[in-house]
Amino acid sequence: MKGNEAVAEAAIRAGCDGYFGYPITPQSEVMEYLMSEKPFERTGMVVLQAESEIAAINMLYGGAGTGKMVMTSSSSPGISLMQEGISYMAGSELPALVVNVVRGGPGLGTIQPSQADYFQAVKGGGHGDYKMIVLAPASVQEMCDHVKLGFEKAFQYRTPVMILSDGAIGQMMEKVVLFDQVPRRSNEDIVKQCPWASNGRPKHRDHNIITSLDLDPAGQERVNLRLQAKYRQMEQDEVLYEEIQCDDAEYLFVAFGLSARICQKATDLARAKGIRVGLFRPITLFPFPAVQISNVGNRVKGILVVEMNAGQMIEDVKLSVGCKVKIEHFGRFGGIIPAPDEVVRALEQKIIGG
Amino acid sequence: MEQFVKAEIHIPENIVYKRTNLLVDRPLSYCPGCGHGTVHRMLMEVIEEMDIQEKTIGVSPVGCSVLAYDFLDIDMIGAAHGRAPALATAIKRLWPDHFVFTYQGDGDLAAIGTGETIHACNRGENFTIIFINNGIYGMTGGQMAPTTLPGMRSSTSPYGRDVASMGHPLRITELVAQLPGTYYVTRQAVHTPNHVRKTKKAIRKAFELQKENKGVAFIEVVSNCNSGWKMTPVQANKWMEENMFPFYVLGDIKVDGKIIEAAKQPSSEVAR
Repeated sequence: MKGNEAVAEAAIRAGCDGYFGYPITPQSEVMEYLMSEKPFERTGMVVLQAESEIAAINMLYGGAGTGKMVMTSSSSPGISLMQEGISYMAGSELPALVVNVVRGGPGLGTIQPSQADYFQAVKGGGHGDYKMIVLAPASVQEMCDHVKLGFEKAFQYRTPVMILSDGAIGQMMEKVVLFDQVPRRSNEDIVKQCPWASNGRPKHRDHNIITSLDLDPAGQERVNLRLQAKYRQMEQDEVLYEEIQCDDAEYLFVAFGLSARICQKATDLARAKGIRVGLFRPITLFPFPAVQISNVGNRVKGILVVEMNAGQMIEDVKLSVGCKVKIEHFGRFGGIIPAPDEVVRALEQKIIGG
Repeated sequence: MEQFVKAEIHIPENIVYKRTNLLVDRPLSYCPGCGHGTVHRMLMEVIEEMDIQEKTIGVSPVGCSVLAYDFLDIDMIGAAHGRAPALATAIKRLWPDHFVFTYQGDGDLAAIGTGETIHACNRGENFTIIFINNGIYGMTGGQMAPTTLPGMRSSTSPYGRDVASMGHPLRITELVAQLPGTYYVTRQAVHTPNHVRKTKKAIRKAFELQKENKGVAFIEVVSNCNSGWKMTPVQANKWMEENMFPFYVLGDIKVDGKIIEAAKQPSSEVAR
């Protein structure tokens, strides 16, 4: 199935309560699949086409505020419109899943795949000091699995979680092993599991208020300190990554998502030529596998960071590895996908020969 | 009339009126003379009388009533500016047997949130919208609102609203009444006991309608903003009667899904 369809099917199976979205290429299949599957009949899940991405993200905010499991999907320009809502959800500590099937920018850009939204996703595209867990799937299988994982982490930390995919992974077809249907939680379960949620005040408790507002500076600083403590906890416990042929590597590719798929092929091509190169693939972009990249990165002679952008994740790689090892960037952008032999040539020119 | 001493007043059988238990016992953040406190009370009285607080979820706006959740002792979610109808849409669809309302001012509902308002009304979402229209941005210090009257002064229209360059005030209540998704649309006020009673009746009707799944019930309350208008509360109420009511005519606009013929009046003359 297509990556976008895998996201939709996984949402139903994960026990999602509500999907709210707005059409945008290259991810419209998510809502199309949901509407044709009638999850309101399969599991009781609500699916609603909103009037805009702004409305969609605020529907998430409302639904999440009541403790329901809610998600949306969009692509770059639409995700830009959602940044305010994501910031509100981070500030109000609400769980939600946002899927970004990235296309080339800036502006209306192109409908072709890109990874140029790394900064926006990882550094907090909205206002204020916040982070969210960012998952970077490199296959249709991971598009499916990350939906379930994303919801788990969203509720564990009461935080928005983003799946940072791209137009190619969203559109490409691969075999997927689907996980079994997880039953949707009953309203009684939600009330029990989410005592913080605003879903009707029983007489025995105080009223719940979901807000990101605290006009008292000391109070707002306390909120920020709590958020930061949560982000440090994520950095400690939630890092995910994959190492491919790193053990004997003299050189290293660092790449996420689709670029990592390309680098996997490039690794084979380079090794066939006698270049001992490995691939480090961050799966969580926040929390970033800084320590792990540093461990591998400081064993090799040079690192090529391959991204479908003008050089974004390379900043985090440099911060992680330090300046003892040569680190260069290779990127194609505007919707162009680099070929594996291009990547090998870049390794030879920028790292080995450079 | 029989005179009571304080101790006697506090005897339950002598109490003829008291604050609803659903208003939190703390000073309101509103200016003296403002209508918000009265609407808060009506809203909470209705919820208490219907005994639905366990099933009510409110959405507060950005504006003067941003802190409404501090005063209303029910579960609340504070929306981003203008987005309350989007939140309420999701909440009602995910909790269809709950009572859901938004509480919004004119800048929130009729400027930045116009899209969310129109589309929630057009989809016929089954919740209540309470819209406080005082013709000005009160919270930020008296700037021109979408509902500021022609010629009316504000801090961003210091020489009066010039409709040629600043546009006309928006009668969004008449506008949403045209949409098939609204079932009950009315415009009320809270500056006299008589008007307060009518407003409360309208709120009760709106909440009762949620049980029937009829679509949006939309209640505009024309109110004053004596600080923003730079008047005393008494002057403000008089000014409101003389200037706001001719343009924002009180009364039902749509009942049982049908537009009231008599409500189709407010002339565009006033706007010129």
